[in-house]
Amino acid sequence: MKSSAGRLSLWLLLTPFVLWIVLLVLVPHLQMLRVSFQVRESWDTIAWGVQQYQNFFIESYYWRTFVRTGVMSLFTTFLTLLIAFPIAWYIAKMARGRSKGILFMACLIPFWASELVRTYGWMILLRESGLFSSWLQALGWVDGPVEMLYNDVAVIIGLVYNGLLFMVVPLVTTLDGMDENLVEAGYDLGGGHATVLREIVVPWAMPGIVSGCIVVFMLTLGSYLTPVLMGGKDSAWFTEQIFTQFITRFNWEQGAALGVLLLVLSSVMVWLGLTLSGQSLRKVMG
Amino acid sequence: MIRSVPRSRLFDGVYLAYLVVFFVYLAMPLLVTAVFAFNDSPFPSLPWQGFTLDWYLADGSEGRTGLFHDSGLLSALWVSAKIAVWVTLVSVALGCVNAVLFERLQFRGKEFLYLLMLLPLVIPGVILGVSILVFYSGTANEVSRLWGIELDMFRPGMTLVVMGQVTFITTLATLVIAARLRKFDPQLEEAALNLGATPLVAWFTVTLPWLMPSIVGAAAMAFLMSFENFNTTVMLTGSDTPLTVALFNRLREGSTPVLNAVALFLMVVSALLALFTLRQKRSE
Repeated sequence: MKSSAGRLSLWLLLTPFVLWIVLLVLVPHLQMLRVSFQVRESWDTIAWGVQQYQNFFIESYYWRTFVRTGVMSLFTTFLTLLIAFPIAWYIAKMARGRSKGILFMACLIPFWASELVRTYGWMILLRESGLFSSWLQALGWVDGPVEMLYNDVAVIIGLVYNGLLFMVVPLVTTLDGMDENLVEAGYDLGGGHATVLREIVVPWAMPGIVSGCIVVFMLTLGSYLTPVLMGGKDSAWFTEQIFTQFITRFNWEQGAALGVLLLVLSSVMVWLGLTLSGQSLRKVMG
Repeated sequence: MIRSVPRSRLFDGVYLAYLVVFFVYLAMPLLVTAVFAFNDSPFPSLPWQGFTLDWYLADGSEGRTGLFHDSGLLSALWVSAKIAVWVTLVSVALGCVNAVLFERLQFRGKEFLYLLMLLPLVIPGVILGVSILVFYSGTANEVSRLWGIELDMFRPGMTLVVMGQVTFITTLATLVIAARLRKFDPQLEEAALNLGATPLVAWFTVTLPWLMPSIVGAAAMAFLMSFENFNTTVMLTGSDTPLTVALFNRLREGSTPVLNAVALFLMVVSALLALFTLRQKRSE
């Protein structure tokens, strides 16, 4: 009786989960993979082939953007880690009492606004008629308006801004749990700042670092608004090309192939990050 | 470098300066966006022309249309709200069930299913949108071509947007609720059962009240995430555009202080939601 009731409740609880994961994640992604191997011969006949993937390698524009997006995402992730670490360290280990909570909350404030609003804010600051340009002119440092938007630096400023929260929070969480005696012991045993950081702090914070890096990398790689609105003519982002294929050209087969490629890139990077740092997805995400 | 380790004043000074610069960097874009919602000038840029509420209240008679008279933006706001309510209901309900499944039951393959549950977090939002578009809209096209039956709900539109957002917001809701359930003492539930409660009664009178703060928190988060989402939404939206997509289209035409007004409005709503959940947490 007990075991049959237990089995019934297991099935009752398992069904919604299975429906969600199968209908919204697994089946759509398998279908995307299938469509990416379809070649449209005429309006109603379809053959199988790898033409879409060939296009990707033949058209240098595709794979150049692909590589560029990957490299810039990696760079952004690394920069975000460098910027966020001292902040997280201060919040976790140096601030006390009220100021700790207040500083932590202050880190969350930008995320009360959507990515669109944040990007818009940067546009108001950086563009030719923007605030920085006006201030520089008022100070007399430049003669005419300066355009600081529509280049790679602007894109990276915006992307780092979008990623910071997702780096600071996991770092603070892991650093908070670190026993300060470990750091003191490191110094007592004659270690310098660099040694203590390398041998004690970084290994301890590794789950937080990996978790932050994975999330920031994913967000950056998949971002659309920031590169489109803040980037220049030649700073294309891979998501833009997926968007163009689906919405503008209505070429689903090519779009699906590009989508699969982006998914492969992000999965490989996540897997590499986990393997190289010896972490598991469950530990860093769950 | 911890408090008990001696350090130089120079180091302290540099560290403090870094903190200040960091928080200025965080606050600046939002601050200027908010301030220019009240500038009496047709462009959100300097010079400051004086304070006005036109970008909220103007009714279009003097060439300016404020947010509260802009039917395009208001209907987009309404679409976003409807989507967010549905996404919140579905993903929080799924999150509760998933949390109980993974925290309270033992079964074969649990570890593998847990990884599947985390999967939507490591898939870029654009891809989530694209795959759902390809499968459901593609299926609707096929069905229409083969049998002439129109499955309009699977065409780009509100249903697909809700489905796309539920995909990843459910994972987040599950994590929030499961974290609280992990701290629950099962003996409380056993006590209820020993005192004669049926499992269902025990669940509703003991476990669910314990989970309530996390459910409210997950709901607020789900609502915000849905309201602010762009990457998944833009792939799935039909003719009734939600607010982020409508704002994006406006922004491409050129920026006006009305956009600032909407942005500030959104910030205030999010801040209120955040404060609400914080109070909820504190009263635990």
